[in-house]
Amino acid sequence: MITDLLENLRVALDGLTVNKMRSGLTMLGVIIGVGSVIGLMSIGEGAQASITQQISDIGSNLIFVMPGGSGGGMPGGNGGGSLTMDDAEAIADSRSVPDAATVAPQFGQNAQVIFGNENINVSVTGITPEYQDALSGVEVVNGRFIEEKDVVRRSNVAVLGYQSASDLFGGFDPVGQKIKVTLPNGGGRVSLTVVGVLAEQNSSGMSDPNEIVLTPITTAQTKMFNGRNSLGKPIVSNITVVAAAEDRADAAVDEITTLLRDRHGLDADEDDDFMVMSQGDMLEMANQITGIMTAFLGAIAGISLLVGGIGIMNIMLVSVTERTREIGIRKAVGARKADILIQFLLEAVVLSLLGGLLGILLGVGLGKLVDMTGLMESLVTMDSVLMAVGFSLAIGLFFGIYPANQAARLNPIEALRYE
Amino acid sequence: MIEIKNVNKVYLMGEVEVHALRGVSLQIEQGEWVAIMGPSGSGKSTLMHVIGCLDTPTSGSYRLDGAEVSGLSDDKLAAIRNRQIGFVFQTFNLLARTSALKQVMLPMQYFRDGARIAASERKRRAQEALEMVGLGDRMDHRPAELSGGEQQRVAIARALVNDPTIILADEPTGNIDSKAGAEVMEIFHRLHREKGITVVMVTHDADLAAQAERTVRLRDGRVCE
Repeated sequence: MITDLLENLRVALDGLTVNKMRSGLTMLGVIIGVGSVIGLMSIGEGAQASITQQISDIGSNLIFVMPGGSGGGMPGGNGGGSLTMDDAEAIADSRSVPDAATVAPQFGQNAQVIFGNENINVSVTGITPEYQDALSGVEVVNGRFIEEKDVVRRSNVAVLGYQSASDLFGGFDPVGQKIKVTLPNGGGRVSLTVVGVLAEQNSSGMSDPNEIVLTPITTAQTKMFNGRNSLGKPIVSNITVVAAAEDRADAAVDEITTLLRDRHGLDADEDDDFMVMSQGDMLEMANQITGIMTAFLGAIAGISLLVGGIGIMNIMLVSVTERTREIGIRKAVGARKADILIQFLLEAVVLSLLGGLLGILLGVGLGKLVDMTGLMESLVTMDSVLMAVGFSLAIGLFFGIYPANQAARLNPIEALRYE
Repeated sequence: MIEIKNVNKVYLMGEVEVHALRGVSLQIEQGEWVAIMGPSGSGKSTLMHVIGCLDTPTSGSYRLDGAEVSGLSDDKLAAIRNRQIGFVFQTFNLLARTSALKQVMLPMQYFRDGARIAASERKRRAQEALEMVGLGDRMDHRPAELSGGEQQRVAIARALVNDPTIILADEPTGNIDSKAGAEVMEIFHRLHREKGITVVMVTHDADLAAQAERTVRLRDGRVCE
């Protein structure tokens, strides 16, 4: 049985090597198909892994509270000012949310920041000193962080992210210098004194945490951006809450939801006008989105694999016609239907499998190339490799069976007479 | 022994029925050398195909070594062609781009039914067959590198390699010059004489037919003498 298979394999390889150019070009279709499936899926998987990693890095006891309902409103927008400083203070009250350890409200927008001739567009974020406790990796290397007294006094001070500091100041020390923030909608400029610079943080994600200008939240709300809602209350863009412990995160989410619904006077049949997400919720959402993206990329690449398969079928049909006489000779000396069928089927499968293996190399190479650009990370998973091999095998069988059957069914006399 | 009784063969060419054989009866003993002659369209090729199990009769009986052949499945017929019959065609019918040695090894590849031949044995037998037809020094040559006579001798080696009881030759010298043709005929004589192989040869050439022990003439699908 094994020797039979080896024998048939040898015959198939002989058949393919007779016309190397044609076999190579036919294989190229599968190589490109499998290569693009592997390559694109590796980019999708890489994006998924890096986003998952990024979310994991922020710590599993983190909870994000954002304005706007889950039904409408852009997450990250101000959501019509439904989330206020008072809400943040209420969450910080351990009587209403006992499982919250740290509460860090933020309010900010992107704005133009100027020093001398340098001019950058960064996220100018108003914060409280709790910001440093809530987010890991926020360390001051030079000067000091935003302090409680800055928030109370609405001081015009700023702490610069690592990249923003080097963009604006190049080599020299920014502490003590004054930077200007251009306000949106022609609101003029606000001058801030730099009091500190942050250490460089890992920036594997979509937004670079090093490109940021931090300022007291009260300064951002009252002196820079329109930080009040229709009732005149100071609003926040989001509140980062640290749960007392990792296993209390879900409890804290429930407590915050109950508290905010109560504070916003929502009836039982009304939707939330805010969003509370734990790290687990975000992971789930991110995985869902990147999963869809990966599947989408794979499906597009799958089309080229299908085209490659049709190429195999086409060339096998040509080959059967061209080798009609050979088939007749083989039948005359005793080849049975199954012998001919297996010979041609194996040729198709060898073409597609060999193409598949080379395609995997191409795909892995594509992934590495993407890695080298530094824009995205790729990740070749065993799943996608197995899938590609399985697919190319299936394509060889599927697109090979028809031509092989045509060959096997040939009448030996007519095949021998074929010119 | 070949026993053909009252065999008819009807083809459908489009809408038209073509009666290639009309009640042919023929008996060829083991070890006999028979020439089949007849004008084009007389049915001699069809008769060859029936004897060679490439084709089955529409009606009538064909017994090969006492066993009924008509009505066997395609795969059974393939096995008979493989084991008992060797074909030599006018146009040689060699595989292009394949060395003489591999051509001759081809029938052994389809030698199945539990009696597989090991690769080294196949090579040995193929070499032996090629030496037998005088091509011991041409084994690695492809058909394009061989003369017509040499190609036909490769085809004979291929026909011989599975030790058949019958060699069917269809105008074996039709496409080669007379000197090469004489060599081919000499090989048939040797096979017939030394191995006792039954030779059935279709030919137009009365001189060739005269070398056979017996001549069967066909006309309009019937044996006429």
